[in-house]
Amino acid sequence: MNLDSLLIVAAAIFGIGLYGALSQQSFVMLMMGLELMINSAILATVAFWAASTGGSPKGQMLAIVFMTVMAIEMALGFALIVNVYRARKADITEKLKKLKA
Amino acid sequence: MSTSAPVDVLFVLFAAGAIATAYLVFRTDSMVRAAYWLLASFVGVGAILVLLKAEFVGLVLMLMMAGEMTIMAFVMVMFMMNPAGLNPMLMVHQHKTAIAAGVTSFLVLAGAALLTDFPNAPATQTSRATEELGTELLGESMLVFETAGAALLGTMVGAVAVASRRGRYGDAEEGSIEPPLQPDEEWAQASAHRTEEDEHEPSVHGGHS
Repeated sequence: MNLDSLLIVAAAIFGIGLYGALSQQSFVMLMMGLELMINSAILATVAFWAASTGGSPKGQMLAIVFMTVMAIEMALGFALIVNVYRARKADITEKLKKLKA
Repeated sequence: MSTSAPVDVLFVLFAAGAIATAYLVFRTDSMVRAAYWLLASFVGVGAILVLLKAEFVGLVLMLMMAGEMTIMAFVMVMFMMNPAGLNPMLMVHQHKTAIAAGVTSFLVLAGAALLTDFPNAPATQTSRATEELGTELLGESMLVFETAGAALLGTMVGAVAVASRRGRYGDAEEGSIEPPLQPDEEWAQASAHRTEEDEHEPSVHGGHS
């Protein structure tokens, strides 16, 4: 386990997440792609913390900020899913061709 | 950063598991299963963080994701078509572009990781890392920590406001209705028009009523 191998794992998860976020039609599956990308960012951040910052606690602080971003993204994503379903009965991106109802 | 052989073996197992389950998220027919594959991927990453001696961040990540994926499974059962995966399903658009973007980003990021010389300063005194993080959270970085808390509170209020039935321009179920331009004018009846449109639209929902 060294920094290079950790970053390669993070890059692989990021690539899968980017594929999912770009290709999925369903809102929830799209959000899963975003989650995977943030997940890989957390992994890379903690890998840098462990390998090249001398263990400064500020590195872990950044990982906690990423987790906050993830929680905010999920909460607002779910709220928008509920709202869009109420207004349009839509659950895939293709049903939202126009923004105005 | 040198690690012992058992840690290396565990790292390979968790890394392979995290990548494989991340891939399975987009390869399973059932959306609920996809949510739990995603949870498995997060648990793999959390375990790697624990191996890196960032126990607090790793365990909090697993805990948070367990709750989040349960909510996600509920949302799928409530709103999505085919949540149980009884029919085969591949719901994708721009598939080739997405694959190319994913592979390219992996190659670019992995290449950057291999070609760059990062400073070699491994963490020392790792047994006290959690204690140091706690002091940092409520000491020097308290402003960051409190800002994150305030942002989460704002998100909660905003999410409830967005998801509530009663929207700014009337009932959320009727869609947004524009307010009149003149104070004594009637509200536009956009909802009746919209319902008519919906009936003519061919149903995209397969077998879901």
